[in-house]
Amino acid sequence: MTQATGLRVRGLNKNFGGLTVAQDINLDLPPGARTALIGPNGAGKTTFSNLITGILTPSAGEITLNGHDLRALNEAQRVKAGVAKTFQITTLFRDLTVRQNLRLAQQERDGRAQSWFRRADSWPEAEDEIDAQLAAFRLSDMGDKRVDDLAYGQQRLVEMAMTLMLKPRVLILDEPAAGVPSSDSHLITDAIERLPDDLAVLIIEHDMKLVFQVARSIVVLVNGAILTQGTPDEIAANQQVRDLYLGGHHD
Amino acid sequence: MSDTTLTPKRTRTIAGIPFLGEAILIAVVIGAYFLFPYNLAFLTRILIMVLLVLSLDLVLGFAGIATLGQAAMYGTGAYAAGLFAVHVTGAPLPGLVVGAVAGAALAFLSGLVLMRAKGLTLIMLTIAVASICHEIANKARDVTGGADGLRGIRMEPVAGLFEFDFIGKTAYWYVFVVVFVVFLLLKRLANAPLGQSLRGIHESPERMAAIGAPVYRRLVLAYTLGGGIAGLAGALAAQVTQLVSLEVYSFNLSAEALIMLILGGTGRLYGAIIGTVIFMTVHHVAAAADPFNWLFLIGLMVLGVVFFLPKGLAHLPTALTRLVRGRT
Repeated sequence: MTQATGLRVRGLNKNFGGLTVAQDINLDLPPGARTALIGPNGAGKTTFSNLITGILTPSAGEITLNGHDLRALNEAQRVKAGVAKTFQITTLFRDLTVRQNLRLAQQERDGRAQSWFRRADSWPEAEDEIDAQLAAFRLSDMGDKRVDDLAYGQQRLVEMAMTLMLKPRVLILDEPAAGVPSSDSHLITDAIERLPDDLAVLIIEHDMKLVFQVARSIVVLVNGAILTQGTPDEIAANQQVRDLYLGGHHD
Repeated sequence: MSDTTLTPKRTRTIAGIPFLGEAILIAVVIGAYFLFPYNLAFLTRILIMVLLVLSLDLVLGFAGIATLGQAAMYGTGAYAAGLFAVHVTGAPLPGLVVGAVAGAALAFLSGLVLMRAKGLTLIMLTIAVASICHEIANKARDVTGGADGLRGIRMEPVAGLFEFDFIGKTAYWYVFVVVFVVFLLLKRLANAPLGQSLRGIHESPERMAAIGAPVYRRLVLAYTLGGGIAGLAGALAAQVTQLVSLEVYSFNLSAEALIMLILGGTGRLYGAIIGTVIFMTVHHVAAAADPFNWLFLIGLMVLGVVFFLPKGLAHLPTALTRLVRGRT
């Protein structure tokens, strides 16, 4: 707990039989990081996210959070340790209200999810916290609506609000703007820009406009390995990346 | 919406009147007692079945655990309570505890394996557990009486006060009190964090894991609780009928309980009650009228509900209101 080095990944490898999907990945996400992970389809971006969150087990390599080894922890334990993520395809409790969605995350965080007699909404401070969170994401009017009745962009916000209820130290956003109509994408960008300053954020994204808007550092992943990393300006000027994204024949 | 849905900062009531549901329930039970004084044994059977279906509602309706083997826990509770009455004491209340513990223990032990499976695999495994129990009870003739059933159960008065009588008045009220208490506890659970988290697991196990919930452990917990309640139902059956037969482990029982739950509406406690009462009543009346074709009527009913009220009969008022208001 003493050193807040954030998330450190060293020499991360993952093979499925002969297929290498992650190769010698080194990455640092200190508190406050706004790092984007980009790369063509099949580059291993989601695999990388799954290795960090514990859905997949790495073949080799180290993953530490503030000096603590995460490898032995399963998905749920890593969430408790401070690594949270949103899904590429919005994954929420669609039949429940927005407020209930947030409450489910909150009660896991506070360790009262196994309590069986008191009503779930009978912790006043907890309800106040949910109200505040809804307000922070400009969802106050939506609290009692079913998630299924919301627009997709709003569902994206609910997922972010819910994930932040976990008070993570590292947040992985897997294509936060995927499927959101461009007219609503500013909602997502705004929300990312308002994330807490000490939170380390890794954004996996295709939408370059969004990436250049919010990222302070960009990592380019190709065939499971890091091709290059740098500031948005450096990446924009990089010929290899330009070839990758624009195709060699464009100049 | 449903009685398991939380409305924030307000106690969920039916038509805005607190405890209306409970009051209706008690009124119906008292009414049935005076209307059908010669059918108390049948009414008691309905109440026991309600308890079994409630246990299934917790497991399947709340937590989304697909099972066709709830009879395994019911039967184990019945045999445990029966054997306890034969060999230890005929006092009913300790027998209930024994039945519930036996059901919960079986659910816990089998759940450790079962809750790692999903879908069809899980269904097959739950059936297998019940079949294994059936076969053990069949072979262990010295202990269980095998196919002849467990006999010699003699019950003492409930709490030392109320003697079981020939018509079954004591049995009726005894069973009702137990079922009602469990119902109230389940109602608390439904709106408590645990009930909500089970609903969350039902809707999206991936999301629950991603917010840090120990999904597997919580499924085992739900299955164990459901097993305890099913064991309680079995214990009541053993005590009231003073006989335990191999039928307690039958596939038929698990399947009928599931049909009753679907009829009433899964995930709704009142659905479990309504479905059971309707199924058992229709069964009773139709089987008396036509012993060979009564299943036809049940099948028709299930088809109708599945097509027109996919959320079950408990959803009927909401569906009708929507129809009247011209919404779909």
